[in-house]
Amino acid sequence: MSATGIGASVKRKEDQRFITGKGQYTDDINRPGQAYAVFVRSPHAHATLKKVDLSAALKSPGCLGAFTGADLASDKVGTLICGWMIHSKDGSPMKAGVHPALAQGKVRYVGDHVAVVIGETLNEAKDAAEKVSVEYESLPAVTDLASAQNPGQPQIHAEAPNNTVYQWHLGDKAAVDAAFASAKHVTKIDLINNRLVPNAIEPRAAIGEYDAGNDSLTLYTTSQNPHVTRLVLAAFIGLAPEHKLRVIAPDVGGGFGSKIFIYAEETVCLWAARKIGRPIKWTGERSEAFLADAHGRDHVTRAELAVDASGKIVALRASTKANLGGYLSTFASSVPTYLYAPLLSGQYDVPAIYCEVDGVYTNTAPVDAYRGAGRPEATFVVERLVEVAARQIGKDPAEFRRQNFIKSFPHQTPVIMAYDAGDYEACLNKALELADYKGLGARKAESASKGLKRGIGFSAYIEACGIAPSQAVGSLGAGVGLWESAEVRVNPTGSVEVLTGSHSHGQGHETTFAQLVSQRLGIPIEQVTIVHGDTDKVQFGMGTYGSRSGAVGMSAIFRAIDKVIVKAKKVAGFVLEAPEESIDFNDGIFSSKATNKTLTFPEVALQAYIAHKFTGAQLEPGLKEGAFFDPTNFTFPSGVHVCEIEIDPATGATRIDRWTAVDDFGTLVNPMIVEGQVHGGIVQGVGQALLEGAVYNKDGQLVTASFMDYTMPRASDVPSFNVAMTNTPCPSNPLGVKGCGEAGAIAAPAAVINAITDALGHEDIAMPATPQAVWRAASKAVEKLAAE
Amino acid sequence: MFSLFRKDKKPAEPASAAPAAAPPAATSGAAGSRATGSQLGGRMVKLSMTVNGKPASAEIDARTLLVQFLRENLRLTGTHVGCDTSQCGACVVHLDGRAVKSCTTLAASCEGAKVVTIEGLAQGGKLHPMQEAFREHHGLQCGFCTPGMIMAAVDIVARRGASLSEDVVRADLEGNICRCTGYHNIVAAVLAGASAMAASGAAKPQAAE
Repeated sequence: MSATGIGASVKRKEDQRFITGKGQYTDDINRPGQAYAVFVRSPHAHATLKKVDLSAALKSPGCLGAFTGADLASDKVGTLICGWMIHSKDGSPMKAGVHPALAQGKVRYVGDHVAVVIGETLNEAKDAAEKVSVEYESLPAVTDLASAQNPGQPQIHAEAPNNTVYQWHLGDKAAVDAAFASAKHVTKIDLINNRLVPNAIEPRAAIGEYDAGNDSLTLYTTSQNPHVTRLVLAAFIGLAPEHKLRVIAPDVGGGFGSKIFIYAEETVCLWAARKIGRPIKWTGERSEAFLADAHGRDHVTRAELAVDASGKIVALRASTKANLGGYLSTFASSVPTYLYAPLLSGQYDVPAIYCEVDGVYTNTAPVDAYRGAGRPEATFVVERLVEVAARQIGKDPAEFRRQNFIKSFPHQTPVIMAYDAGDYEACLNKALELADYKGLGARKAESASKGLKRGIGFSAYIEACGIAPSQAVGSLGAGVGLWESAEVRVNPTGSVEVLTGSHSHGQGHETTFAQLVSQRLGIPIEQVTIVHGDTDKVQFGMGTYGSRSGAVGMSAIFRAIDKVIVKAKKVAGFVLEAPEESIDFNDGIFSSKATNKTLTFPEVALQAYIAHKFTGAQLEPGLKEGAFFDPTNFTFPSGVHVCEIEIDPATGATRIDRWTAVDDFGTLVNPMIVEGQVHGGIVQGVGQALLEGAVYNKDGQLVTASFMDYTMPRASDVPSFNVAMTNTPCPSNPLGVKGCGEAGAIAAPAAVINAITDALGHEDIAMPATPQAVWRAASKAVEKLAAE
Repeated sequence: MFSLFRKDKKPAEPASAAPAAAPPAATSGAAGSRATGSQLGGRMVKLSMTVNGKPASAEIDARTLLVQFLRENLRLTGTHVGCDTSQCGACVVHLDGRAVKSCTTLAASCEGAKVVTIEGLAQGGKLHPMQEAFREHHGLQCGFCTPGMIMAAVDIVARRGASLSEDVVRADLEGNICRCTGYHNIVAAVLAGASAMAASGAAKPQAAE
């Protein structure tokens, strides 16, 4: 391992600009002649738009224009899309209502987009927006997921009777029913996976710009996947042909899924830029982000686990209602289906699994992928079930897990996935040791002596990352392929630019990707620049989400480097006057057994460009290669997280005393960055378990619509973490990497809730386990004890 | 919407704990002439202050917030806006030596003040020890909260000295939200940065000169 190669904790190359205030986020960009967009949003969760009167707004000082859905429709602007087709169990396609960028006829959630007002200045745009007069006819709203499909509920989209988008299922129902019928023990639980607001600290923003000279458009935007944004805006929404539309996603301040999607605001800014003939900027306020960024999770699930007399799991059954909000966001349909149910085998050998999922419209913000996307929901189901089952049959939770672990690979689960590699016992053993599981009894006694309740919770999670084999996801309904591309451009002086379709918004690609290049080409890491986030520079790419950039994005770079080396060896052969087959390349040096001369990588690069040692008939000049990498399987990161908490039953305050994470991510490119991803993921999961929850009242008002009402994890809410790794390399990509970006958020909620229920001695607590909820549950535990 | 300058805040209260961060009450001769909310009717006002050691003056709408003045008038875009309720701390700058949330501070209330932003922290091309510590300890991921985090961290050391416990750092970061790092490495960076500031002599409380 070199100091800057694979496996080294190289300090990040991108940090210099961020720690000096020189980052360039979308809102840091001002374009010449720029005007400002402000959106008029619905205060009603469900209403008919009777009349939108723009006349007073248009007369407001500095107002340059004001538009409604009718203006978009008359310009034949397409509606927003959902790019994954799900079929119901009866074979019928999902029933999706129309999703216009500006409402047409109806509004369907508080924050829905009614009109846009363009002003010379932001203040003038805001003043004008306040003068838009909207006549609403309020309709009853439905916000409760559990009852949204009941007869008589308000109907949100005419296309979707009973607010039901699909009734999907996966698995062998008959086999599962048979296993349950003969099982020795059945554990049943009801779970709510609470609704979350992603809250990347950079709010979304967009600048649309029209170049009349070239009849082309440019969009600067906070996107995790600029090429997919361009594709959708061109091919589906129809704002410009793909070659006349440039999408730039500069520095992006966190995404967590919420910046994957193609939203109304960037669509409207781009359209309005041509309409007004000026660059149009919109910067979301946090209040707007709460109302209209896609939310995450929001499931109601009944789950059951069947266990035989020996303690072996024989079947799992789950029935889930998934809230999809008022419209289908870009990938909303896939999250509670194919990103969820195929993970219900967890790390366990479960012979039979059946899951049914109803996708449901409600008068709430659209719900889509949020860090983990389906896999945290699956892990919560599996790890709560396993924990409760172990307690009910009187087995140690760690040993019950061990007994049921999958122990040989590859392993085909009954729900699509073929796990390729792993060693679940190794993770568990290391976690038990680092968490000092043996000492738990003494620590519990010590807590009890102080009047406190101590509990421990395990979460043995698995995720499917490295999204994804294109043919496989295509067969499941995906509208796109999920390969990744890379282009490696070697300059004549031997420095290298890598153009990647992955997008970094905190992951550190400018460092980790450069480590790969530095190692394989034997050049200093300072000689490598990673280029991403601009459709005029990078030909195409699928972006960053689903912990895919290491496994898929870096693999594409790996393959392009392979081609660079092949070509460079040809060049070296001509220069060294040795047969191409005899050329070796190691640590940046080309050599041949046929001669004692050597060449450095920069020397060969220069020779490739001056092209003096070969003719055009023998070899093309230059040194630039590209590759598309389409994985052959998902990757399967796994691990065991152990959370130990202490509860003060007098106040309900839960303190996380220690956290042990042992993860298997395969090959680690930069351990420092990997650990940072784990830390961040854990805290998002702890936030879900203890603090966060988006709450709509029955009228559809979001009552947790600011950082004053929605509890974000602060530094004092969490401890430092004990993070360790095991390593079984992934066999399906050349680096052996699995992905690490979502693991913490997937593992953490179950670990926390398992710890709290262990401390309290009963299972009756929901997320977020706020002090009030814990206090009530603790009081109930006392009553239960007294009654016994 | 945004709170206006609140005179009722105690000067000793740290910005990190205050829902509406207030500039220090009487740290410069100009403090007595600072405008209050009731006087600001959208009038244009002349404003002069020192930003990162350089004089800055402009005629601005009296409602302009300090963060807007820094970002839009001076194009110092390192100071960020992450919320509209003064919670997230991405906008923290130093005003006369104390950390304030510039999203909740009227620019007009800063007449004659000395403002330091993230762009002014490095001196003579040399990074401030706290900046170095954030890089060294991987205390940032997406970088958006980072300028406010670093400015708040420097303020913690200025207020409390360099001998800090993990608990104190976590408590004092109450007013700064990070969604990426889980705080683990931020806390490590602040502790290391505090020690480095002590070693370099930068840990002394900053005088409001």
